[in-house]
Amino acid sequence: MSDTDRLGAGGWAILILTGLFFAVPLVMTAAFSFWEGGSRYGLEAYHVLLASPKLFEAMALSIELALATVAALVLLLVPAMIFMNLHAPKLRPVFEFIATLPFVVPAIALVAGLSALITGPDWLIGTPFYLVIPYFFLALPYAYRSIDVGIRSIDLPTLTEAAQSLGAGMGQTILWIVLPSLRSAMVGSALLTLAVVFGEFTFANVLLFHTYAVFINEIGQHQVTAAAALSVASFLLTWGAMLGVLVVGRGRATPIGAR
Amino acid sequence: MATVDVEGVRKSYAGREVLSEMDLRMADGELICLLGPSGCGKTTLLRIIAGFVRPDAGRVVVGGADVTRLSASARRVGMVFQSYSLFPNMTALDNVRFGPRVAGLGKPEQIQRARELLDLVGLSAHEAKYPHQLSGGQQQRVALARALAVRPQVLLLDEPLSALDAKVRAQLREEIRRIQRDTGVTTVLVTHDQEEALSIADRVAVMNGGRLLQVASPATIYRAPSHGFVARFIGSGAVFSGVAEGGQVRVEHLSLAARAAAEHAHGTPVQIFIRPEKVRLQAMGGAVPDGAVSGEVCETIFLGALTRVRLSVHGTQTPLNIWADLASEHAEAFQPGSHVVAQWDPDAPRVMAGGDTAD
Ligand SMILES: Nc1ncnc2c1ncn2[C@@H]1O[C@H](COP(=O)(O)OP(=O)(O)O)[C@@H](O)[C@H]1O
Ligand SMILES: [Mg+2]
Repeated sequence: MSDTDRLGAGGWAILILTGLFFAVPLVMTAAFSFWEGGSRYGLEAYHVLLASPKLFEAMALSIELALATVAALVLLLVPAMIFMNLHAPKLRPVFEFIATLPFVVPAIALVAGLSALITGPDWLIGTPFYLVIPYFFLALPYAYRSIDVGIRSIDLPTLTEAAQSLGAGMGQTILWIVLPSLRSAMVGSALLTLAVVFGEFTFANVLLFHTYAVFINEIGQHQVTAAAALSVASFLLTWGAMLGVLVVGRGRATPIGAR
Repeated sequence: MATVDVEGVRKSYAGREVLSEMDLRMADGELICLLGPSGCGKTTLLRIIAGFVRPDAGRVVVGGADVTRLSASARRVGMVFQSYSLFPNMTALDNVRFGPRVAGLGKPEQIQRARELLDLVGLSAHEAKYPHQLSGGQQQRVALARALAVRPQVLLLDEPLSALDAKVRAQLREEIRRIQRDTGVTTVLVTHDQEEALSIADRVAVMNGGRLLQVASPATIYRAPSHGFVARFIGSGAVFSGVAEGGQVRVEHLSLAARAAAEHAHGTPVQIFIRPEKVRLQAMGGAVPDGAVSGEVCETIFLGALTRVRLSVHGTQTPLNIWADLASEHAEAFQPGSHVVAQWDPDAPRVMAGGDTAD
């Protein structure tokens, strides 16, 4: 850790200020979640949360939606991006444009468009899985970035050609070389998608689905400390996920070899 | 293992011809170095032989069989790329046994063959390492072992050493030569480094602008280049356009001694080429002998035992430069700015038909 020696006073000051900027609101929220009125502190808010069956319902729904969105993204985005990089690199600007669109269009405009336009079959529109469509687009920029970084970090055209000259077909090349090389990028994009879906409020609320974010909001309206407790819990959850990304990212140093 | 014939191959990209009417015949077990400046189509030719690029016209025949329509994966052509191309998710051993594994060999045979080849390239001790744990030179050795593991009929190496530093490069090129002899695989090595080509090739194929200019042994390429371009590209030396006049070549008002000019009809345009090691210098004193030239020393380049002296020749409209290699202890007398006379044995210059130095 010789790098820290070279930070100097200014460097430390910036680090500490940044740390405070992040930590203070968290600590306050956490403290608030333990508040039980007056000067009493305890775990009451967390008990209330755990006792609420709706929490687990909302959480389960959010997890299902997140997994479905991840599946949709992986199945559509990864092959499309591999194909684009190998056979149609000229389409890259188009991909980039589509991937940034969701940042440009406000969520509420998307909801309006979606609810006005969609007159789909009941099996889709009537269920919460309808939300996978907008979630797909919300998570697209993050998932795209992550996979793009992964693809850029390997020389995809050369690796495929090397595999072909060794006699491998396209299927073997993708299964044995491309996908394993993109493993950490795919895990990263999956975790980011998870975070996006868990935090999404507008769509779910307007379209009247009871997801995790909607539940936080709802509980916050009559049980403020419980909402704070939930925020802290969500934060820890997200943090865990991010840590997961980091660990997997570092895992690249010793990836699982092909059998 | 196999002969390789490239017959009448052409390739254009977007209407621009990158390879025009390419013909190259390789004997079984031969090592050919494809030499030429960047952008002349070397990689394109290699990729056509490998099957990654379809030629617009012509055929590629390997071991007597026309493979032009075969996909790369069906050709049994080993390839080592310019950029590092090892599979990042696999160890050195797994990289090398990838070919045998795809071919459906049993796992023990895969591993045995991979170990043999890692041993051949001297990397047995590193079989469990991942590509990012290996140096550039080691990665290219593994890539070579991986390409050889499929027992290819042809081995194609596209500037495999260009990313390596000079010392590793010299060492690895000797090793490539040894391994190529041991395995007897017909090999094309692409390079833009003439020293590399001359030192290891059975034959050197010099390319420029999508054409093969000369395919010959290193000694022939060096001593008897067939084109001005080949002469200029290989080694160093001066190439001038002039007119044959008996045993001399006239360049503007100068007459340069060159016995070989007599083989060309009087008055035909020719190019004269003089290697620097053939040029002798002496301090200017009185008249310039017939067939010699006078000039001013522009620069001297110390090369160790030799010093290369560049002269700007007097008496021509367009500036002409002649190089002379002198033993360094004799070169002290020729400092920049001094006026000298350059002479050579009339048998030394090579005279080629054609007036255009830019071909
Ligand atoms: N896929 C391609 N599309 C368009 N032009 C190409 C393509 N591949 C090569 N070229 C062009 O063909 C010429 C020869 O390229 P290349 O064979 O790579 O040369 P070298 O390997 O001798 O440097 C270059 O001008 C290059 O720009
Ligand atoms: Mg090239």
